[in-house]
Amino acid sequence: MITTSGLTKVYRSRGREVTALDGVDLHVREGEVYGVIGQSGAGKSSLIRCVNLLERPTAGTVTVAGQDLTALAGRGPRAGKELRRARSRIGMVFQHFNLLSSRTVQDNVELPLEILGTSGRARSAKALELLDLVGLADKAGAYPAQLSGGQKQRVGIARALAGDPKVLLSDEATSALDPETTRSILALLRDLNRQLGLTVLLITHEMDVVKSICDSAALMEKGRIVESGTVSELLATPGSQLAAALFPVGGEATGDDRTVLDVTFHGERTTQPVVSQLARTYNIDISILGAAIDTVGGLQIGRMRIELPGRYEDNVVPIGFLREKGLQIDVVDSAARQTALVKESAK
Amino acid sequence: MTWSEMQPLLSQACWDTLYMVGWSTLIAVAGGLPLGILLVLTDRGGLLQNVVAQKVLGQVVNIARSMPFIILMVALMGFTRWITGTTIGREAAIVPLAIGAVPFFARLVETAVREVDGGLVEAVQAMGGNTWTIVRKVLVPESLPSLIASTTTTVVALIGYSAMAGTVGAGGLGDIAIRYGYQRFETELMWITVAILAVVISLIQFAGDYAARSLHRRDGRSGPAPRLRLLKADAASSETA
Repeated sequence: MITTSGLTKVYRSRGREVTALDGVDLHVREGEVYGVIGQSGAGKSSLIRCVNLLERPTAGTVTVAGQDLTALAGRGPRAGKELRRARSRIGMVFQHFNLLSSRTVQDNVELPLEILGTSGRARSAKALELLDLVGLADKAGAYPAQLSGGQKQRVGIARALAGDPKVLLSDEATSALDPETTRSILALLRDLNRQLGLTVLLITHEMDVVKSICDSAALMEKGRIVESGTVSELLATPGSQLAAALFPVGGEATGDDRTVLDVTFHGERTTQPVVSQLARTYNIDISILGAAIDTVGGLQIGRMRIELPGRYEDNVVPIGFLREKGLQIDVVDSAARQTALVKESAK
Repeated sequence: MTWSEMQPLLSQACWDTLYMVGWSTLIAVAGGLPLGILLVLTDRGGLLQNVVAQKVLGQVVNIARSMPFIILMVALMGFTRWITGTTIGREAAIVPLAIGAVPFFARLVETAVREVDGGLVEAVQAMGGNTWTIVRKVLVPESLPSLIASTTTTVVALIGYSAMAGTVGAGGLGDIAIRYGYQRFETELMWITVAILAVVISLIQFAGDYAARSLHRRDGRSGPAPRLRLLKADAASSETA
């Protein structure tokens, strides 16, 4: 539904060049919720603004719903008619809502329809229907200043849907909201994705957002996509940073002469009594350093950090046993943990 | 001078002042609003970015703004005659008043429009809106309270300029104050014109503030204008004291 290839954006100001996007290839399938996560300055904002060409990419192409937007854009800095029509079919919600304070809630939702040239009566019918969809039918006559943050974002979502888009871009839509409101907005996005078959591309710096609604995710660092894939693919990738961040397990080795393993369970394997089997079969003492079971992107996932006595060389056979059981094993070496800790504190 | 002698003079002067200020305000708004918006749009990073045009417009506005009005009026005499056929009287005074007020108002418009959140412009761009849509649906409505306040400031400044227009025989309250109050030592008449000007300016300022206030919905309150609240607060504190 959304494909970018070799997307590059370089900002030039006073002779200095800053590369915000460095050859980004992104592929968002129809009907999925795709999350791009990264720290501030990683290029997420530039990426989402390049998708509807609010920012002109320096190089590369953007294709949305089979239409090459970069070809529509032309050369000049101003958006031509074709590009504007294409944009009206891409909804966008913003971190700071961007509602017009001079208009009522209903008039805000009608604005995209005014731009499309819809007649007055059809506009107000559509706006009221959308406000009902986002649960704000009773606020149609209120002004944005009279609403809470969560309500404002619901209006923003209703407005983004006014042009019947197939694609919704979400620019940190929940970053200005408290955790509870975030959950309800994410649930709304998820419902819209399911009910309307809406493809959602969202950018965020909150791992919880990816965890609760995304089917696929990508990790951005310094203008590049470092990892990407469906959530289950990512969790099945040994050493995946995203998987580790989505589902962190803590715990430190109790001594030098130990082997620490991260064991990941998927689906029905979550309920297998592997630890006791392992202990009985090899007659070893296993300590559990940390463990959690959670639902990520609709999949039940378990992760456990265990410690076996002896160095890695002594534990090749038990590790093989666990792998045979179909579990994903990541050996955590102390050097890697060190870098992980540095990263954690850098945040 | 008795009141019956002063009264027709004063009412004619009031009318002349309102006539000059009214027309020149209309022209100032009609000219200054697009000019102020253009100053924002053509600026670096603006929707119609054109650095050369921005510099030229800005320079013209700066020069016109810094010109003392009385000099502008004399300098524009040829132009005034070309437009109105005369350099004397109310109509002739409107030309330099309007030309002096257009850049003044344009700068105020520029400041007001720059305050509009860029995110709103981005949102309308993302909906497929063009530049004209952005001006009409975002920049003007969102800055309307400030634009009204700017208009009030312009009207008050124009009343001040119009006093100097008396020097070209345009009449008005300033003319009365100078001809009778200063040149003929009719101190009483002068003080009456001062009082009338004070009242007129206060009324205009109050009306402008009230209009701007009632449009201001950004803070989510719909209470009375701040000045009214201030009066009430004073009354309350004097009651307790």
